[in-house]
Amino acid sequence: MTAATSGNKAPIVLRIKRQDTPTGEAYWETFSIPYKPNMNITSVLQAIAGNPVTTEGKKTAPLNYDAACLEEVCGSCTMVINGRARQACSALIDHIRAEVGDGPIVIEPMSKFPVVRDLMVDRTRMFENLKRIKGWIPVDGYYNQGHGPKIDPEQQEEMYAMSRCMTCGCCLEACPQFTKDNHFVGAQVISQVKYFNMHPTGDVHADERLEAVMGEGGITDCGNAQNCVKVCPKEIPLVDSIGAVGRAATVYSIKKFFTK
Amino acid sequence: MNDMAQKRVIVVGGGLAGLAAAMKLAEDNVAVDLFSLVPVKRSHSVCAQGGINACNEVARQQGYSEWEHFYETLKGGDFLANQPPVLDMARMAPNVIDLLDRMGVPFNRTSEGYRALRLFGGSLFKRTHYAGATTGQQLLYALDEQCRRWEVEGRITKYEFWDFLWPVLDDSGRCVGIVAQDLRTMQIRSFRADAVVMATGGNGLIFGQSTMSVICTGSASARCYAAGAWLGNPEFVQVHPTAIPGEDKCRLMSESARGEGGRIWVPKKKGDSRQPNSIPEEERDYFLERLYPKYKNIVPRDIATREIFYICEQGFGVGNGQMVYLDLTEKSTGIKYEELKKKLGGILEIYEKFVGVDPLLEPMRIYPAVHYSMGGLWVGFEKDSKPFEADGKGGVGGGMKHGSPKNQMTNVPGLYAAGEADYQYHGANRLGANSLLSCIFTGLFMGPSVKNYIESQKGAAAELPSGIFDARVRDEQGKLQKLLKANGDQNPYVLQRELGKTMSDNVTIIRVNSRMKKTLALIEDLKQRFQTKLGMPDGSTWSNQTVGFARAVWDMMLLSEAITKGAIAREESRGAHFKIPDDKAERIDIPLDARALPRDDHNWLKSTIASYKNGTCELSYEPVDIALAEPVKRDYGKTTGAAAAAAATKPVEEPVAAK
Repeated sequence: MTAATSGNKAPIVLRIKRQDTPTGEAYWETFSIPYKPNMNITSVLQAIAGNPVTTEGKKTAPLNYDAACLEEVCGSCTMVINGRARQACSALIDHIRAEVGDGPIVIEPMSKFPVVRDLMVDRTRMFENLKRIKGWIPVDGYYNQGHGPKIDPEQQEEMYAMSRCMTCGCCLEACPQFTKDNHFVGAQVISQVKYFNMHPTGDVHADERLEAVMGEGGITDCGNAQNCVKVCPKEIPLVDSIGAVGRAATVYSIKKFFTK
Repeated sequence: MNDMAQKRVIVVGGGLAGLAAAMKLAEDNVAVDLFSLVPVKRSHSVCAQGGINACNEVARQQGYSEWEHFYETLKGGDFLANQPPVLDMARMAPNVIDLLDRMGVPFNRTSEGYRALRLFGGSLFKRTHYAGATTGQQLLYALDEQCRRWEVEGRITKYEFWDFLWPVLDDSGRCVGIVAQDLRTMQIRSFRADAVVMATGGNGLIFGQSTMSVICTGSASARCYAAGAWLGNPEFVQVHPTAIPGEDKCRLMSESARGEGGRIWVPKKKGDSRQPNSIPEEERDYFLERLYPKYKNIVPRDIATREIFYICEQGFGVGNGQMVYLDLTEKSTGIKYEELKKKLGGILEIYEKFVGVDPLLEPMRIYPAVHYSMGGLWVGFEKDSKPFEADGKGGVGGGMKHGSPKNQMTNVPGLYAAGEADYQYHGANRLGANSLLSCIFTGLFMGPSVKNYIESQKGAAAELPSGIFDARVRDEQGKLQKLLKANGDQNPYVLQRELGKTMSDNVTIIRVNSRMKKTLALIEDLKQRFQTKLGMPDGSTWSNQTVGFARAVWDMMLLSEAITKGAIAREESRGAHFKIPDDKAERIDIPLDARALPRDDHNWLKSTIASYKNGTCELSYEPVDIALAEPVKRDYGKTTGAAAAAAATKPVEEPVAAK
């Protein structure tokens, strides 16, 4: 049934990087959980929570990690699994084993955001950036005023692809320009600029959105490594977005120069 | 006029209902404090896949109307819902869609640029609007964006990663604030508010693996219930017919898979071990089409769920197990691969991602799973003084009095509920694509009601003496300390699994009193073990998820008790509640319908009210408002015996309005 079954029923070994507080020292613990078919990293973490004992027999606390939908649509459970940022819920044990064998699976918190505890990180920066770019359609109000603008189906498809961004942070974790200490905006929010500027009503704030991703930490800091698009779990065409917003920003700055 | 500048409203929960309420109140100049366990953009509403129902111009010209939508909702809910609120929901639905459209939801489009429509369960008309296969996510994001706008303007203040612990009531019993905990610093403090809106969703985690997010414990509702708020119809729990069974959760396979042509079948031969694609058409039993030649695979959820359960109970499940095929292959549906890929992309992606098989090339293996809580916090409404008058659309009059402070208010003055957390709109069973609607509708509709309530109250919560707030904070700190120090041998996660197993086995698809009484005894035992033998594997006072989960385990037990007691007491079958007498429980030689108690309007056309008194659940009942439409037999044209056999051989007919 399952396409990628390694056939190996050996216990699942997880090596997990832990940290008790934001300023605490990181340390590692290893857990071993009996194999069951169709398990994912989340179900292994759940199994640990029911009996939180390391392979050395030491009683410890269950892992702290964000989780909600477990369908790879809320973005919560993003962590670094065998070196790659992804959601724990869609990281299937059979697939991992088929790719890299049945050695210990290494799990770490994302490195580009401050650790709260264990695998839980603080992604406030991503949401703050959505405020900076006025990430909304400025409707007049919520009273009845008829339907919205007619939208061409091709445009809808293009917008829909970007609208699936779940603010998970994979693109930023993979980006060499985005660090804990700098102000680079990153692919997530640049793509949202394109998304909102494409909408006939959203267009009202188009210039302000472009301004928000220009200057220090803005779009020109993108080093074109294109890692973002490779790791995006929703396959959002982030590089296309960066290109389109870059061009729009250039046009905007030229226009601004001549109308000043 | 009171000083509105000092007045505030707390909204607990940042899914569709909470966000809709928050943005509507913000627009009307009310300051809102918005609390959520998770960043609101990660709320469970993201999981809704299929769509949102509303009458639309195309369907209208084919004979559909707001009245029809209202009636389908009533019938789907087996006439247990109070009718005036449902009528207003159906009437406002087209406006809700228009608003979402204006706010930028990328609804699928026709080639001309209009909003596309699809067919959904319980209707013969295309009245479901959708955005790919992630409609819930798209709607939530649009509302999240509007709330972010108000946040920037200072009208909404967000408290994300905060757990609602208790409603604060003043001496007269009014709700004047809440106690909440910051899940990172673990600080417990009170917040004052002139009204509190609970929009905290359903309680699927009670049943172990469900289609709900792991944050859907129902704990916030349970805490209101323990503080004196009533629950309405707690025993009504929807089991979705098509989910992908999983170790950590059951993932939903949207009803749109069937709406777009997906067919459910089992091999005619018990235990047929061949690959599904190699089983020829004539050796497949498309049992829903055989039994329901009119609605076929899009019969309402509870019916599909029971038929799947029964075919497996008889031993026809795939590999003799609890599994049937949901077939989207071109061979079975006659629909081209590319066409379905385009329409159902996101949904199919879930199956591929979590099972590793392309469902357009090989039939999916699915089984029912707990999906939605029709029951929830009891809320009231005030009827429009104008009587109903038909106009070929949704009519005028006969609904709720718009802006009445009583609309959506629980029995606790100042405490409101909305969305899946309330009990009001879906009766005994919810129709597909009505949940997104009821969430957004209640959130928007209650805005003026809440505002009128706080304006009518003398003084502001900000001016009240601090004693009542401090006392509740001390209570919660005491409970937390007790949990942190618990040193028994019972792990909270293991207790929850035990609760989930008994609830899932005995209080879901079929309900037998003798089994449910055992469940009730087990819940009592679990409560005892929780109180005397709990062990807390994490004593940290920083970001301690385990202690928060343990607190919710207790709440789940309280709700389980209300659900189970309500189900034992209700001696009839209605919607999702399907009661089989003890002596027929094992008689698999008799079809389920013939084994079950019938619907009994004479004795049971009434809403269950569960109240928490002296540490236990007490049940009472109130009549259902059926002023607008006479309850009729809920019949989706099931054929029996010879007629079914004849129908099974007939060519497949398209639903009337699908062309």
